[in-house]
Amino acid sequence: MFAIYRRELQSYYYSPLGYVFMGSFLFIAGIFFAFGNIMSMSSDFGTMLSNVSFVFMLVVPILTMRLMSDERRTKTDQLLLTSPVSLWSIVLGKFLAACTVFALTLVCTLLYVVILSAYGSISFGEVLVNYLGFFLTGCCLIAIGLFISALTESQVTAAIATFGTILLVYLMDSMVALLSADFLAFLRTALQWLSLFSRFTDFTNGILNISSTIYMLTFAGIFLYLTVTVIEKRRWSEG
Amino acid sequence: MIEIKNVTKRYGTKLAVDDVTFTINKGEVLGFLGRNGAGKSTTMNIVTGYISASSGQVLVDGMDILEEPRQAKRCIGYLPEQPPLYMDMTVEEYLYFVCDIKEVRKRNQKAHLEDIYELVRIQDVRKRLIKNLSKGYKQRVGLAQSLVGNPDVIILDEPTVGLDPRQIIEIRRLIRDLGKSHTVVLSSHILHEVADVCDRVVIINNGKIVAQDSLENLTRGIGEAGRMMVRVVGPEKPVQRLIRSVSGVSMAEPMGSKEPESMDFMVEAIPGTDVRRPLVNALVTGGYSLLMLRPMDVTLEDIFLQLTSDSEGGN
Repeated sequence: MFAIYRRELQSYYYSPLGYVFMGSFLFIAGIFFAFGNIMSMSSDFGTMLSNVSFVFMLVVPILTMRLMSDERRTKTDQLLLTSPVSLWSIVLGKFLAACTVFALTLVCTLLYVVILSAYGSISFGEVLVNYLGFFLTGCCLIAIGLFISALTESQVTAAIATFGTILLVYLMDSMVALLSADFLAFLRTALQWLSLFSRFTDFTNGILNISSTIYMLTFAGIFLYLTVTVIEKRRWSEG
Repeated sequence: MIEIKNVTKRYGTKLAVDDVTFTINKGEVLGFLGRNGAGKSTTMNIVTGYISASSGQVLVDGMDILEEPRQAKRCIGYLPEQPPLYMDMTVEEYLYFVCDIKEVRKRNQKAHLEDIYELVRIQDVRKRLIKNLSKGYKQRVGLAQSLVGNPDVIILDEPTVGLDPRQIIEIRRLIRDLGKSHTVVLSSHILHEVADVCDRVVIINNGKIVAQDSLENLTRGIGEAGRMMVRVVGPEKPVQRLIRSVSGVSMAEPMGSKEPESMDFMVEAIPGTDVRRPLVNALVTGGYSLLMLRPMDVTLEDIFLQLTSDSEGGN
């Protein structure tokens, strides 16, 4: 698994992908930091992160589009699948590589925290929880992107489908609010419970909610499992 | 070494591989012959565990490729039709990566790769990006990849497709060298390619095995018939009559004219007779100039013809 992880991480920085991801993320985060924190003289880091979270829609597809699809297009999956490595370690290696690029990008934003703490007062515990929530949400979306990338041979298809799916996840709360009819109450509760971004709100409010943490880890786990299943199933396909 | 038992792969209603059974013996160089689309690559993909069969079983050294994939896959090096190369890596990085996933110990990797560089002759490109290499070099890096971890069996799917003649000769030489120390399976649709290097051939057609034997046995009858092409200056009908009248000639078919005033004929002799001298003498005494006389290669199609005519004869 470590070999796959290392190769994947390397290839992010051999191609422009890793830099494009980091650059566009930091650019947008920088704008939000400048307007939300510095110019409005607020030290509320959680709100800043929650405002930035829409950027996932744009940058997660960059990170995940080629993970699986490119292996299939260039037939390098033939090497991986005929080598003595398990499917889980291939999928996990790729997932962790993408999460690492994301984590490295977040490390760059620590600069904002330094600036805030120099000119204002912030609670480090709260910032830590904010970061944890932001990181976990990102990982969940990366897992979705990885899964979609395993469905197709085309990077473009994978990117667009991932964008659409994340948009749906992002808008889930607002859409659920529209289900106002009484007989839909159950559905509304269920969807609210499932909504990834409403769980993320807990974290941005500075609450370390164990159930939300477990929910996010499970969420990512399920999509990794689906990725493995899809690849496994294709090997058995008779279509 | 590898046993393939009643393997079938179904795609929709089409049977890509239909109840295929054969054995790859330890130490042999086996040719796997078939036309394009006959099911060669599908079979190879099943044997290497890339895809699974709809039914049937593949045993590698007694281990089922689906039930004990890690152990079984360790015994196989595979070069698919399109070499599985990461274009954004250098040759060296790529092969170190392959070492890692094929579980070659870290401290042995360097020495192991040195041996491989030398064997497939890619020392001078090891620092270059794979995407900048020529097709021949890419193929060689692909071959290098299949040798990593020193697997007992090396499976090569059409390794010479798309290479220029000189590269083809070189790859063939390499395969012959590999055959001395490994079990090699070589798939191809070109008969004389496997004729050069293989001890035994398995022929597949429409997903079914139609023959498995040594190449000598399969081409016996065709080769001995001494088929040749002759180019003669003269009118078609009389020359054909003359050639047919030579004793030992069983067939003379006109093949059209490729040079002004001359005619090409395909001549087949009765097995066991050498008709070249009487044929030339007859032509010269008849007053016709002989421009060319060339033995004709036996092709895969000839074997198919032979096999089908045999089975018809049997019926």
